[in-house]
Amino acid sequence: MNIVLQVWRQDSPESRGGFKTYQVKDISEEMSFLEMLDILNERLINQGEEPIAFDHDCREGICGTCGVMINGQAHGPQQGTATCQLHMRKFQDGETVVVEPWRATGFPLIRDLVVDRSAFDRIVEGGGYISVDTGSAPDANLIPIPKLVADTAFDAAACIGCGACVAACPNGAANLFTAAKISHLNLLPQGQSERWSRTENMVEIMEEFFGSCTNHGECEKACPKQISIDFIALMNADYVKAKFKNRRLVSQNG
Amino acid sequence: MTTTLESKVPSGPLADKWENHKFSVRLVNPNNKRKFKIIIVGSGLAGASAAATLGELGYNVEVFTFHDTPRRAHSIAAQGGINAAKNYHNDGDSVYRLFYDTIKGGDYRSREANVHRLAEVSLNIIDQATAQGVPFAREYGGLLDNRSFGGAQVSRTFYARGATGQQLLLGAYSALMRQVETGKVKLHTRIEMLDVVKKDGRAVGIVTRDLVTGEVKSHSAHAVVLATGGYSNAYFLSTNAMACNVSAIWRAHRQGAAFANPCYTQIHPTCIPASDEFQSKLTLMSESLRNDGRIWVPKSADDKRGPNEIPPEDRDYYLERMYPAFGNLVPRDVASRASKRMVDSGKGVGPLENGVYLDFQSAIEREGKDVIEDRYSNLFEMYNRITDENPYKVPMRIYPAPHYTMGGLWVDYNLMTTVPGLYAIGEANFSDHGANRLGASALMQGLADGYFVLPYTIGDYLADYLGDSVVPTDDPVFNEVEDAVSGRVDGYLSANGTRSVDWFHKELGKIMLDQCGMSRSESGLQKALSDIPALYEEFQSDMRVLGTNESMNQSLEKAGRVDDFFELAQAMCVDALARDESCGGHFREEFQTDEGEALRDDENFAHVASWFWTGDAGNPELVKEELEFENVALTTRSYK
Repeated sequence: MNIVLQVWRQDSPESRGGFKTYQVKDISEEMSFLEMLDILNERLINQGEEPIAFDHDCREGICGTCGVMINGQAHGPQQGTATCQLHMRKFQDGETVVVEPWRATGFPLIRDLVVDRSAFDRIVEGGGYISVDTGSAPDANLIPIPKLVADTAFDAAACIGCGACVAACPNGAANLFTAAKISHLNLLPQGQSERWSRTENMVEIMEEFFGSCTNHGECEKACPKQISIDFIALMNADYVKAKFKNRRLVSQNG
Repeated sequence: MTTTLESKVPSGPLADKWENHKFSVRLVNPNNKRKFKIIIVGSGLAGASAAATLGELGYNVEVFTFHDTPRRAHSIAAQGGINAAKNYHNDGDSVYRLFYDTIKGGDYRSREANVHRLAEVSLNIIDQATAQGVPFAREYGGLLDNRSFGGAQVSRTFYARGATGQQLLLGAYSALMRQVETGKVKLHTRIEMLDVVKKDGRAVGIVTRDLVTGEVKSHSAHAVVLATGGYSNAYFLSTNAMACNVSAIWRAHRQGAAFANPCYTQIHPTCIPASDEFQSKLTLMSESLRNDGRIWVPKSADDKRGPNEIPPEDRDYYLERMYPAFGNLVPRDVASRASKRMVDSGKGVGPLENGVYLDFQSAIEREGKDVIEDRYSNLFEMYNRITDENPYKVPMRIYPAPHYTMGGLWVDYNLMTTVPGLYAIGEANFSDHGANRLGASALMQGLADGYFVLPYTIGDYLADYLGDSVVPTDDPVFNEVEDAVSGRVDGYLSANGTRSVDWFHKELGKIMLDQCGMSRSESGLQKALSDIPALYEEFQSDMRVLGTNESMNQSLEKAGRVDDFFELAQAMCVDALARDESCGGHFREEFQTDEGEALRDDENFAHVASWFWTGDAGNPELVKEELEFENVALTTRSYK
């Protein structure tokens, strides 16, 4: 099949970027979208043009490294699928496909389709953990966790940190990511000791980097792991409670 | 040059060695730990768990990853599970049984003491991960669930749906980020290590390149830990992530660290077969699928009917037929070779006739679709996305692919390489899996090294250097390496040839897969050893890397990695050629039984082949570490 690609090219954060059009001919439907980009890059190198920079690694949809806007949709047209798992059979022969980097203030551009998502790490640093030094853990079966609770915690923990939720959000909000991280830990018995401080810290760090949530729900649609926006509701409820609980803790400490 | 290898395995009964060793190693007092700086390269399970733990202990740690965040490391892609001898299911498991299965699974080519230690600390890993909030699968009573994996007759594999590696890595990553927040660990992302720096024979730091700005920079420390994973990408097509490479450990090797058993590679039996020549990587389907999936091919090579049209009597469930005791759960090397034999005999299935069936029909009929869905839904969905076929209705097609490398830097019982102060942990070392790794043991080893072994043993080395400050980065030893690194980078950019780096990588991969893959022969290896240097020469003169050093340049990054793969590939072939026996994943056609099973030679090859760099990649110097077996009898592995 043949595809016309319009790709965002930008050499550096400071330089001016723009779309470039490439005719990508004779590709197989069995190829993944990134393999199609590999082929294009190979051809560009042969023509003496610098290849398109894009982030990718595992190509199994689990590492969260890849991700571009394809025809305006984060990770492209297939639901529940990261860019690396999207295959060319989902496109029409002769179709024009627009490829852009994640667009969000919280993700500054580095080059072409590559952006800086380190703000996510800052949010996790703020409390996305359970404080348990190595060696201090009790036997794993000491605390039974109802299957449903463990399963729901897993649903949240499935987040791969790709940033599609932010890219899809008209406000550039990171609420789905942050909610997934918070809910995974807040749902588990092990996560209770730090529940309120975790929630308050992580939400407030999130707000330093990202926009506000106005319940559009675009994030859920774009999420390659189909994480539910119910977790955002859970986070919001916990955030409100945290404001009271944390204040009470302060007063207890005098 | 070092000519003897001291394994430093403690004396005493097997079960007491680690306890005794922990007591006999020197410690660093808590107040003195803050005077030491440790560099960790890599942030996968081994690197992140080591960094978090060393940070908790009070050391100053600097972590380097070439990814944009530590959580991208390829540990994340491990699907099936992690072994631990908890015996929660009362089916006869024990530390000794896990030890025994691992030694046997590795075809008696690993150190008893290391493997026993691994089995011991497996218990702590599950506790630690659970306390961190890793959402392992649970039963309705709320307790932890287990499943079976290849090479074992007990259920000891803990799992989190089909994403156990992801969940364990997120656990280790969260512990790491907690230390980043306290300031004990400093995190460097999108920074690639390009060489190790030594002074007076000891490792004193590393030289890195910033993947965004191109800046080449030195970093010094009291000790350097490499947790940089395996080198299956020497085959180009493998289940590894695109960026996985050998460079960190290869550069260390060139600086004097012995490389052990480079030819021990694992070809994983259940991967999705390649669909065309443009394929960039192969995707693994978890071994856990073999719990419920039955592997078969048509009995007749001429049978071209669709899988659902072939009646049971015309199917050959060859693993169940050949290995009735373990059936579809034989170890990976055995399963892979059997599949290759089927495809080689013309019974391959699929459009390119390059696969075998993995069929869930019996399991769906027995357990119901819901149960199968609950166990494997994410794997089934992934298969569907890639192949556009529905595995609930049509059997999956699978074929073996390079997956894991048991070889790696030689380390002693303390996980230190032959360069003092330089450690290797996780897949980067050679230590625990012998000639074949059992499923669900890689996660176990990475976390064992990082959480529970290195943090104890590193103190024994550091204790000697209390009060010494780190070597300043303007010392000539750093300048020299920086110059060499910059020179190499400039060399790639100025080669100005006609072919992309990827093209050469693919060609190298083809040679390796053909001659040093699932089966190897003397003539094939010799051919590879003449073809690889010729291709390497072409690579050096004819590669084309566009752009500059000063901005993000992914072809330039790759050029360095492929450069090192060329040298490594030669070491792999030299090692495979020297090992005149078949063991585990290393199958030499000349050494097999009448039934086509691997034929070991314990008299001459019960050793670790450790290679030292001589300046000529095709002629490394061999030093053997003899393996001593005091507890297990070396028998022929039988899974019949």
